[in-house]
Amino acid sequence: MQQHRYDVVIVGAGGAGMRAALESGQRTRTAVLTKLYPTRSHTGAAQGGMCAALANVEEDNWEWHTFDTVKGGDYLVDQDAAEVMCKEAVDAVLDLEKMGLPFNRTPQGRIDQRRFGGHTRNHGEAAVRRSCYAADRTGHMILQTLYQQCIKQGVTFFNEFYVLDVLTDDSDGTPRTAGVVAYELATGELHVFAAKSVVFATGGFGKVFRTTSNAHTLTGDGMGILWRRGLPLEDMEFFQFHPTGLAGLGVLLSEAARGEGGILRNAEGERFMERYAPTIKDLAPRDMVARAMANEVREGRGCGPEKAYVHLDLTHLPREQIDAKLPDITEFARTYLGVEPYTEPVPVYPTAHYAMGGIPTSIKAEVLADNDTVVPGLYAAGEVACVSVHGANRLGTNSLLDINVFGRRAGIYAAEYAATAEFVDLPDDPTALVDEQLSRLRDGDGGERVAAIRAELQATMDINAQVYRTEASLKQALSDLTTLRARFANVTVQDKGTRFNTDLLEAVELGFLLDLAEVLVVSALARRESRGGHFREDYPTRDDEQFMRHTMAYRAQAGSGFGGSEVQLDYKPVTVTRYQPMERKY
Amino acid sequence: MEVTLRIRRYNPETDTEPHWESYTVSAQPTDRILDGLHKVKWEQDGTLTFRRSCAHGICGSDAMRINGRNRLACKTLVKDLDAFTQMGDGSLGPGKPISIEPIKGLPVLKDLVVDMEPFFEAYRSVLPFLMPSGSEPTRERLQSPAERQRFDDTTKCILCAACTTSCPVYWTDGQYFGPQAIVGAHRFIFDSRDAGAAERLEILNDAEGVWRCRTTFNCTDACPRGIEVTKAIQEVKRALIFGRS
Repeated sequence: MQQHRYDVVIVGAGGAGMRAALESGQRTRTAVLTKLYPTRSHTGAAQGGMCAALANVEEDNWEWHTFDTVKGGDYLVDQDAAEVMCKEAVDAVLDLEKMGLPFNRTPQGRIDQRRFGGHTRNHGEAAVRRSCYAADRTGHMILQTLYQQCIKQGVTFFNEFYVLDVLTDDSDGTPRTAGVVAYELATGELHVFAAKSVVFATGGFGKVFRTTSNAHTLTGDGMGILWRRGLPLEDMEFFQFHPTGLAGLGVLLSEAARGEGGILRNAEGERFMERYAPTIKDLAPRDMVARAMANEVREGRGCGPEKAYVHLDLTHLPREQIDAKLPDITEFARTYLGVEPYTEPVPVYPTAHYAMGGIPTSIKAEVLADNDTVVPGLYAAGEVACVSVHGANRLGTNSLLDINVFGRRAGIYAAEYAATAEFVDLPDDPTALVDEQLSRLRDGDGGERVAAIRAELQATMDINAQVYRTEASLKQALSDLTTLRARFANVTVQDKGTRFNTDLLEAVELGFLLDLAEVLVVSALARRESRGGHFREDYPTRDDEQFMRHTMAYRAQAGSGFGGSEVQLDYKPVTVTRYQPMERKY
Repeated sequence: MEVTLRIRRYNPETDTEPHWESYTVSAQPTDRILDGLHKVKWEQDGTLTFRRSCAHGICGSDAMRINGRNRLACKTLVKDLDAFTQMGDGSLGPGKPISIEPIKGLPVLKDLVVDMEPFFEAYRSVLPFLMPSGSEPTRERLQSPAERQRFDDTTKCILCAACTTSCPVYWTDGQYFGPQAIVGAHRFIFDSRDAGAAERLEILNDAEGVWRCRTTFNCTDACPRGIEVTKAIQEVKRALIFGRS
């Protein structure tokens, strides 16, 4: 075991982690621990843009952006957090430009902006051009630019280090952050990092689903680690299904395709979104479009031999526009489906895309141990966190904004805390939990295989906890998960070696996925209403009286939680500043 | 349909030499090579080791030498590789095995995993970040669409190393920066907002810099992002002689 000591340790090197590192690295001794090389992070797969009310091409202001965010999130957004995000959005974009990000430009040389789902002028009047973008590879440019700035600043990276545990000192009642335990992939060695502040920026957990736009590596590690240490998870039932995944594959096709004028059509060629959202049609928020698509397919108007998907039609757009604004996604259609978007419509179907829920934090990115108690020294930002700026449904582009605004805040406040705090004593045997976990997976003699359990997990989640949910489907999912979790106890990996043992890490990741899937399903079972990304066919309307509140899930003794699960539920009020809930129409 | 994957294996804990092993997996013509590798790992041999993440050609983790050419395993489909033969009745029969080995020129650590550090070291050495001059404006720096277009091609790089590890000069000369580092420098040298061109060109003018390029175009062929790598290198050479334009 090797020991290290840093003022601030950042876990994860996607957009949020690197943005945090740029701040804390200037102020304190900082290390970034990442299970992937930084440029492999899934921020790089984001496409369409980052919204900010720059008003470069038409009138706009951050208050309209805040309203859209709150309404888009179906009034589960904490409005103070949304105000912070939308106000700081302008500087967040300008900061990236100053770092060198190659945004597309207007003829006057300013940052160009385009339309995006749910972003409107003057509280819903019409779609507004708010998304700052670099073709359809904005996330790639953000990830590259932040990495380049980290090189410039000499940020210390530990690449291919899997953080598997967070260490706290609980001696005076509330936990205080002491550090993390990491597994070095290249050698199999464990490292203990003592730290005054730890920032989790590990991204989402889309791999609980089979059809997903998420990378193989998005397994909810950060949420899973904190969950096992008794910290709560907020609003986990709210998962976004992006409307336009490549049919059968789930690979993301940006909403920018519709922002540029693309149209969704059913088998009859009908522009069906006109029926569901008469004002902004194809640019309605993602949850509404995804449900509309699933409904078209359910009612027999799907396209293709099995009527299993709908069409994204770009054929009326000029080729130059497609080449200039949507080059990557049209290439995905050609490569993976053999479809030529110039002349043929592209088969698409909703794909699991983004976790609105996660680790509850304050607007200073501080992790919360309950509805309002801060865990000293612990921070979270980006998809892993729930501030909550996305509420029940995230608007397109607001994730790239979130990672920049709250990544920056996490870095600043983590460094500020580290500047005055003392190191906390590490436990006597800091690697005990990780040692136990790894040796069971490596040395056990159970016959279960990771891949089989993971496939069954993803299958039940796709069938029972996707765009449409009911009490019966969620109970089925919970029962399947209970069986799978029991089987997971008998998993043994085939690779017994120490070098690059990805077999072992996949098993660890599956453990996190199983825990988080249960939290998602239990939270969804208890929420007997429909709101944003969570749609209950047995409770199809929003119920503000009972449910305009955040779900707070806590780990309980096995069997003692909700519905015989390991999950105990509590709730937290939504912060409302200026917008009272209204019906969400577009 | 079944295909055969011939994979170059090496486990530093048990093997003295790399060796080939063959695996038969079921595959659809539209499956990615990455799907085949996952089938082997998940259904047959959990010790098979390779890097991957996004699975659609964006993260740059899974550059490999597939049938003798550098490509991303997630962007190469079985149907592109003669892995099937068209039978007389129009159905598909078994074709040639697909060979998969690590990219060349970087130390192999285990199976298809190579040590990426020398590659990233070369990238870092060309100062791959914006070096603006003058005081910072309050709003964005202005840049015309044409100025932005000038360096568009090289902004697409995902640092997968397919170009660098396809370069015969890189294989034989341990000091050469390699094509990717030059692409990384090009992206800033031709950015109208940047003032660090002279410094970067000085670095690339080194004996192990841009002049080691022999214009074999392997890098351009290998780039999974379609970047005209050799052209970018030529533009850097021209900038050294005639100045940036």
